Amino acid sequence: MNALSLRNLTKIYNNGFEALKGIDLDVEAGDFFALLGPNGAGKSTAIGIISSLVNATSGSVSVFGHDLKRERAKAKSCIGLVPQEVNFNQFDTVKSILLNQAGYYGTPRKLALQRTEYCLKQMDLWDKRDTISRRLSGGMKRRVMIARALVHAPKLLILDEPTAGVDIEIRRSMWQMMQEVNQQGTTIILTTHYLEEAESLCRTIAIIDDGRIIEHSDMSSLLARLHIEHFVLDLAHPLTVAPTIDGCQIERITDKALSVAVPKEYGLNKLFSELSARNIEVISMKNKSNRLEQLFMDLIESKPAGEQ
Amino acid sequence: MNYSIAFRTLVIKEIFRFIRIWPQTLLPPAITTALYFLIFGKLIGDRIGTISGAGYMDYIVPGIVLMSVISHSYANVVSSFYSTKFQRNIEELLVAPIPNWVILSGYVSGGIIRGLLVGVVVTLISLLFTAIKVHHIGITLSIAVLTATVFSLAGFINAILAESFDDISIIPNFVLTPLSYLGGVFYSVDMLPGIWQTISMGNPILYMINAFRYGLIGVTDIDIQMTFIITGGFIVTLTLFSLYLLHKGIGIKN
Repeated sequence: MNALSLRNLTKIYNNGFEALKGIDLDVEAGDFFALLGPNGAGKSTAIGIISSLVNATSGSVSVFGHDLKRERAKAKSCIGLVPQEVNFNQFDTVKSILLNQAGYYGTPRKLALQRTEYCLKQMDLWDKRDTISRRLSGGMKRRVMIARALVHAPKLLILDEPTAGVDIEIRRSMWQMMQEVNQQGTTIILTTHYLEEAESLCRTIAIIDDGRIIEHSDMSSLLARLHIEHFVLDLAHPLTVAPTIDGCQIERITDKALSVAVPKEYGLNKLFSELSARNIEVISMKNKSNRLEQLFMDLIESKPAGEQ
Repeated sequence: MNYSIAFRTLVIKEIFRFIRIWPQTLLPPAITTALYFLIFGKLIGDRIGTISGAGYMDYIVPGIVLMSVISHSYANVVSSFYSTKFQRNIEELLVAPIPNWVILSGYVSGGIIRGLLVGVVVTLISLLFTAIKVHHIGITLSIAVLTATVFSLAGFINAILAESFDDISIIPNFVLTPLSYLGGVFYSVDMLPGIWQTISMGNPILYMINAFRYGLIGVTDIDIQMTFIITGGFIVTLTLFSLYLLHKGIGIKN
């Protein structure tokens, strides 16, 4: 069953801007799905329509088989939303934010208290339950929004740039939380500008640009399309000139670091053999740039002229 | 889907909100009306004598009580719902499976409860200055509830359409307060010259204050039935308009 189905979804704002130009999209139940796109591509509009914050101009949204117009309450009950910006009442305590949210979803008080405790503990916020929310740090506020979105046990969790502006430590801990939530059976749709985040967390990806879906496939087959990978090699001994190897492009970054572009068919074994033959000892290597980022840029830049 | 839980959640949230900020919501009407009773009722009122057979202090108590109910039921909903919009936590309600009528009834109930609570506080203050024997408890309570409902609904519409904090202060300052003062709080409409009596009859607050005064002390300038028709008409019209605004997402959705 699909967790989400969008059919011919369009949105034209009052000022005439056409944010969505007929989107079709399916997200399978249980998936960890990335919805990517540059600023102004239509991601937030799509998320807004799915979560009832924006009225669609035409088209349909179905959540776990429930049409958002005809079975509004059932469809909405399946969704938990973590928005881009903090949008809870900053004068409420953390606990009351979650209890109110549970109440809005019709959760009985006793169950709401249990779910609140569970979600706050899962997000490592239980000791902050009686704190007025405006006194929390930025990272904690983001975790409150995730806990709030989970309190009614949604089957579909939508995370709209949940790690924007948080430090790397918090981001990593949030990734772990999201993976745990997904492993417990919740379908997750993630929008993010950190493509490394999408690559490491998501199994399926859709790229939206200029109001259209320009790519929709599973992450592994998308990454398999990458023909050339870029690496940075750290060397044991300094070099004055970059070596020349047929089939690879090599540039000297410093006297002990090389940048290498390796075609997939060439292979890393052959590269290392050639380097060994030239007495070049490699002590470590890393991807020069994020693979998904490279593909993303290729897809966005390969748009036919005039579509911008 | 059990909407009674969502409704209860909204109402309790609203009650906690105005109780948490009681120095802004419950204390000022107590002080202001105590001054009204002292200055207008006691110091000036003793020189005025009676109106329609009632002592001046007794005559102004119902108007001051209902004026407090009007301003506080309106203020509660307009400030609470506009803050919800301003802080964007309206999104919590829009994303949740709550029908529009539950959102509306939750906020309006909060306004009614605060309006009535302030009405009780002001009535208790008035008892320091005079002894009121309730003439008709049913009319008193029903007019108080209906009036609070009308102005809670009006506050809700104001909050939906408001785009800034200025927009939520215009109606209370430039419409509600003048209409309340001109609605016969301190005088009988019979005391006005002919043309002003006719103009005053177009003021709905005049009907509400007079009906409430009849309920409390048995004195009125107008036909009580008209008050029920007018308030009922306002409630139906404002409810339908509020639901239309929510359905269209005007002021709250893109």
